[in-house]
Amino acid sequence: MPDLLHDVIFDYTLRNVALGSALLGIVGGVLGTFAVLRRQGLLGDALAHAALPGIALAFMLTGSKTSLVLMIGAAISGWLGMLLIIRIVQDTRLSEDTALGVVLTVFFGFGVVLLTYIQHSNNANQAGLDQYLFGQAATLVWENVVTMAALGSVALLLVALLFKEFKLLSFDPEFGASLGFPMRGLNVLLTSSIVIAVVIGLQTVGVVLMAAMLIAPAAAARQWTNRLGVMLALSGFFGGAAGVAGAMISVTARRVPTGPMIILCVTVIVVISILFAPERGIVWDSLRRRSLRRDALARGPEATA
Amino acid sequence: MNAELTVLLTAVFAACACSLVGTFLILRRMAMMADAISHAILPGLVIAYFLASGPNLIAGTLGAALAGVTTVVLVEALQRTGRVKSDSAIGIVFPALFALGTFLVSRYFSQVHLDADAVLFGEIAFAPFDRLILFGNDVGSQPLIVLAILTVINAALVLLFYKELKLATFDPGLAAALGLSPLVIHYGLMTAVSVTTVGAFAAVGAILVVALMIVPAATAYLLTDRLELMIVLSLASGAASAVVGYYSAVAFDVSISGMMAVVGGIFFALAALFSPSHGIVARTLRRLRLRERFAVDLLLLHLNHHRTASESMEHLARELNWSRDWLTRVIRRATTDGYVRDEDGRVALTDAGRDAANSHVMAIDRDAHEVPPARSMPTPGIAD
Repeated sequence: MPDLLHDVIFDYTLRNVALGSALLGIVGGVLGTFAVLRRQGLLGDALAHAALPGIALAFMLTGSKTSLVLMIGAAISGWLGMLLIIRIVQDTRLSEDTALGVVLTVFFGFGVVLLTYIQHSNNANQAGLDQYLFGQAATLVWENVVTMAALGSVALLLVALLFKEFKLLSFDPEFGASLGFPMRGLNVLLTSSIVIAVVIGLQTVGVVLMAAMLIAPAAAARQWTNRLGVMLALSGFFGGAAGVAGAMISVTARRVPTGPMIILCVTVIVVISILFAPERGIVWDSLRRRSLRRDALARGPEATA
Repeated sequence: MNAELTVLLTAVFAACACSLVGTFLILRRMAMMADAISHAILPGLVIAYFLASGPNLIAGTLGAALAGVTTVVLVEALQRTGRVKSDSAIGIVFPALFALGTFLVSRYFSQVHLDADAVLFGEIAFAPFDRLILFGNDVGSQPLIVLAILTVINAALVLLFYKELKLATFDPGLAAALGLSPLVIHYGLMTAVSVTTVGAFAAVGAILVVALMIVPAATAYLLTDRLELMIVLSLASGAASAVVGYYSAVAFDVSISGMMAVVGGIFFALAALFSPSHGIVARTLRRLRLRERFAVDLLLLHLNHHRTASESMEHLARELNWSRDWLTRVIRRATTDGYVRDEDGRVALTDAGRDAANSHVMAIDRDAHEVPPARSMPTPGIAD
């Protein structure tokens, strides 16, 4: 264990992986809280898939694999996907989950088309683009971590500055509108921050697993508190902890991919929270119910009436 | 059969098998459940292949179908705890299962010849080389045969249980009251989705299976209100995206399954924009026409109310607070309908216009004065 701690601080790769995963967990956890509260959990999944063609296009246009360039491409196409989903829900008779499904699969299909196009065009520089599908935390370099930190701080700063507004948006948008807040603009701003969180996660956990990094920490945090501020902090903490734990396990154990390990860690946190959180935990709930029943039976029928 | 035709037919059958179940997924608002199932079959496949010590078709189908149903059960169990909302439950369960699958593959079963890449994308171009060997005879391309059989099975299921599916989809309450178990239909459909996903993913990959299930059915839903027609249209649009997707993929030398999804997306966009009944253009035009009609009515009422022989454009624009362009347009509309006429650059009501305005006034009067009939209280004990 002390060796591991030593490595995390001094080993270049391990430090990058742990830092990157922690960053992703924290930003995903904080922004995922709003997504979950607004019942938009799966939007993150759709955005992650919708980001793929952006990554491919950014590479085709610039020929660069700099993570900032690819992330900007990913963000733009994820953002376009988000706008399309909103339009489809508003302007057609399709339900939200259908809109998510259509945008997710079509954008992803387009991304796959572009990736194969790049591969077949014999561009020697293309190797490594498909790491965005499953994430390759082990390939994180210092430059990636800095980019992630910069983008993540923008998103977190937005949340800190607009905490009250985002809270209104999540719980009572009509009331917010009646107070004169620009709810539509806030909605776009919040969803754009979620796009940032998704983009940060792509390189580490990949397109497919990104949804869990938004939803799971928030769902777990919801179990422990009824206050938004506490939930945000807890969710960020759970996400960060799962990121670091997953990264550590995957480095110490052999042949364990980082992204899936992070997801499994965060799933464990969810299961524990759902079962054992005080107040809302299922175990306490059923114990309480059982003791109530015992009391009622002991007191006899007159007393229960 | 030559390779090109094999690939093309495989693609068409994949699209048809998927569209048949997809129609009901869209109507039951379960599109994202299909997405979840398609990802979650990975661990099922891995464990099944491991137990069967090799990529065995039947074991894989069973394992994946089980994994699919497990996904549904887990998502619903999580929802029932009341701690997690439905969309979050989906978003927790399928990444967890997919992560478990990837974990198992890379840690223990690297000899199983199954990588997450293949599960996600599949490669339909290999369909002709994947032969089905029965009793030592080469029967044909395995994906083609599997998907053809799946299409037949799904079509048979839809035809056999058409009434039940329709009722359970549109009126679950009535279906339950008539003794159809919504649970059986629900899990039946989910099993069909899982099995279809397994059959198709080898060819087109897990995510694009979802594309084939959702996109053609969503396209069809924008074009019609009739279930029979929706199924036919979704089959047609699925098959068309398969064919067009195949040839454009060959032309550009890119992924066939990806191109099928893109072409499906283009069809969807066309339907969303130009569907005569539900398209965005038609809706906007309808709304504009309605707005114009209200404006004509308002203009007639205004002219009738003032009882002057005619009014100038400037006056009207000021009184009604309309822009000059809008006013010109409304007057043109009213003139074509024969309600107003031009009198030396001034606007005057025709007789028809005056009649129309008066009947509007009467209608408004009636609505304002008529007391809505009191709702009679139902008499207890007497059925109607």
